[in-house]
Amino acid sequence: MNAPILSARDLQIGFQSSHGSRKLIASGLNLELCAGEFVCLAGPNGVGKSTLLRTLTRLQSVLGGEVLLKDKALHAYSSKELAGLVSIVLTEHVQVNVMRVRELVGLGRSPYTGIFDSRSRQDDDAVQKALALTDVAHLSDRFVQELSDGERQRVMIARALAQEPLLLVLDEPTAFLDLPGRISIMHLLRDLARGHQQAVLTSTHDLDLAMRTADRIWLMNRNGEISQGSPEDLVLNGQFGRTFSQANLRYNALTGQFEEEGGKALPVVLRAEGLAGAWTARALRRAGYEVLVEGGQELPIVEVEGQGASNCWRLTWQGITREVSSIYALLAALLELA
Amino acid sequence: MEARPGIMPTVRKPSTRSWALGLFALILVAAFVVSLSLGSVSIPLKEVFGILLGKPTLRASWTTIILNFRLTKALTAALAGAALSVAGLQMQTMFRNPLADPFILGINSGASLGVALAVLAIGATGSILLAGISTAGDLGLALAASIGAGLVLGLILLVGRQVKNPTTLLILGLMFGYAASALTSLLIYFSLPERIQAYTVWSYGSFSGVTWGQLMVMAPVILAGLAMTIFLPKPLNALLLGEEYARSMGVDVRWTRVFILLSASILAGTVTAFCGPIGFIGVAVPHLCRNLLRSANHKLLLPASALLGAALALIADVLAQLPGSQFVLPINVVTSLFGAPFVVWVIIRQRKGRTSFSI
Repeated sequence: MNAPILSARDLQIGFQSSHGSRKLIASGLNLELCAGEFVCLAGPNGVGKSTLLRTLTRLQSVLGGEVLLKDKALHAYSSKELAGLVSIVLTEHVQVNVMRVRELVGLGRSPYTGIFDSRSRQDDDAVQKALALTDVAHLSDRFVQELSDGERQRVMIARALAQEPLLLVLDEPTAFLDLPGRISIMHLLRDLARGHQQAVLTSTHDLDLAMRTADRIWLMNRNGEISQGSPEDLVLNGQFGRTFSQANLRYNALTGQFEEEGGKALPVVLRAEGLAGAWTARALRRAGYEVLVEGGQELPIVEVEGQGASNCWRLTWQGITREVSSIYALLAALLELA
Repeated sequence: MEARPGIMPTVRKPSTRSWALGLFALILVAAFVVSLSLGSVSIPLKEVFGILLGKPTLRASWTTIILNFRLTKALTAALAGAALSVAGLQMQTMFRNPLADPFILGINSGASLGVALAVLAIGATGSILLAGISTAGDLGLALAASIGAGLVLGLILLVGRQVKNPTTLLILGLMFGYAASALTSLLIYFSLPERIQAYTVWSYGSFSGVTWGQLMVMAPVILAGLAMTIFLPKPLNALLLGEEYARSMGVDVRWTRVFILLSASILAGTVTAFCGPIGFIGVAVPHLCRNLLRSANHKLLLPASALLGAALALIADVLAQLPGSQFVLPINVVTSLFGAPFVVWVIIRQRKGRTSFSI
C-alpha cells in the first residue's frame, strides 16, 4: 500500500460557536487514507459523517488532535495551497443559471490562475482532461441548469478533478440519483482512485454499493467511533451488524443484506435450482418464511419446474397440491393453506 | 476524449464578448448624446457637439444649458446607473439571491435617515433645499446621506467579518434597514408639512440637482468603487457555487466579502447621497445582462452591467423629461414604472422554462 496522503491522530470533531462553547460529535479518531485508494464513509444518519468530511477538508475547524495532509498539519496550509491538494463535491444542488459546463469545470482551475484569472494552455488541458475522465466532454457547451441530476453530478466531479487534487472528498454524491446513476458514479469514483495517484473519500448511504466498490470502509457508529477495514473485514468481524443493528432489523452476514426480525418464521422447504430457485427463495424470505433445503413431510414443499420465462411452481402441503404459474400466486396459495 | 458527431465542443470566440461590450458602449454613447440634445429647450444636435468641442454658439444660453445643466445631469445619470448596476450584480451574486439589490443591506435606509435628520430635525437645511439651487444646502444633504449610509456600512462590515452565513448577514442588513426606516418615519410623524415635502422631494430621486462641484466629489468616488471591481470577477464567479465551494477553491471568502461590501456600499451610498434613492436599476440591469449575454461570467457581466446600467439610467432620465413637454417626472417613477413590469416579466419567463428563477 502507498504512503498515506491524509492521516488523523486522536482527532476531535464537532461544532464550536463564536463564544467558545463546543459540542463534540466524535473524538479519538485515528484514520488514514492512501494514494490510489477509494474509501467510503458509512454509518447511520446523523452520526457526524458530514462533520468529519468538513473537518478533514477544513470547512470546519479541528477541535482536537491533528490532521496531517502529506505529513504537514492541515491548518498550516494556505487556502490556495490547500485548494491545490483537496477538492470537494457537496450534497446540495448548485443553483446556477446560464453557466456552461465548460465554465463550471473551469472554475476548478481557480487555485492556479492568479488574481485576474488568466488562463494558460495548461489550464485548458486540465479542464479538457477532467471533462473526458468523467465522460461529460459532449456536454461542454450545455448550460448547467439543463443537465439531468446524474450529468450534473458528473460535471461537479469534473470540476473537482480540474483542481487536480491529491484527495477528492465527496459528501453523499449519489443522494439524488436513481440506481443506475448511483452505480455509475460509484464506479467512476473507484476508477478515478485506481487509475490516478489520488485518493477518493466519499460518504454514502448506499451500503450495498459501498461494499462492492470501496477499497476500504470507514464505518462510523452512533457513539462516534470509526472502524476501518475492507468491506469484507467489517462483515466478518461483526462491525457491520453492530453499527446498523436496530430493533427488528438484523444484518445477515451470509446474504449481505438487512433482514427484518419478526416473530417466528414458518419454515418452507424449497427444492429448486437456478435463477428461478434463487428468486423464489428471495420471495419466500421477503414474505417472512424461513427457507430450508430439506425438511419433514409436515412442512410446505415448493418445487419449481420449467425453463426461462415459463416456470411452474408446485406447492405440496397437508396432502394438498397446488400448481401455479407465478411467484405471486405461490405466495397467495401458501397464505390460503396456512 | 469522446467525440460525438454534431455536438463537438465549439470554442467560443473571444470576439463574442468584445462585440457585446462594444454594442453596449454604443448604446451608452447614443443615450448620452440624446440626453444632451433633449429637454425643455430644443438645441440642434450640431450645436450640442459644437458646444462640447468649445466652439462659439448661436446663443450663449445654450452653452450654459448644455455645460451647466445637461452635461452634469447626463454624467450623473451615467455614473449612477453604472454604480447601481454593478453594486446590484455584486449583491445578487454574493447572496445568491436574484432579487437582491444594492440597497438590500439597508444602505439607502441609512442615507434616508441621514437626510431625514438633516431636513426634518435640524430643519434649516429644508428651506434651502426647497430653494433647490443653493450649493451649500445640497452638499449638506449629500453629506447627511453619506454619514447615514456610512454608519450602516460600518455596522455591516463590523458584523460581516464575524457572521459565517451570508443569509444571516442579509437578515441583519434588513433589520438595520427597518430600524433606520422606523426612525425616519418617526421623524416624519413629528415634522412640519413643508419639511416633509422637502424630504419627499429628495426621496423621489433626481439626477438634475448635481452641480459640477458635487460631481467633482461624486465621480472620483464612484470611479474608485468601480475600479475596485476589477479584482472581483474571479471570486464572484467562484461564489456562484456558494461560499463553501469558493473556499475549497482557494478563495479567501471573508476578505472577499468585506471587499464586495465595501465596493457595493460605496457605489450605492454615493449615488443615494447625491441623487436620492434610485430604485430598480440595480436589480434589473444585472438580470438583463445575464439574459442578453447568456453568461454568468463576471469578467463579462461586470463591465456589461456598468455600460448598460449607465445607458438605461440616461434613457430613464430622458423619459422622465417627457420630451416635448415642460413636465419632469421623478426618476423613481420612471424606473419603477418600467422596472416593476420588467422583474415580473423575468420571473414569469423563467418559470415557463425549466429553470427556476435564480442568478
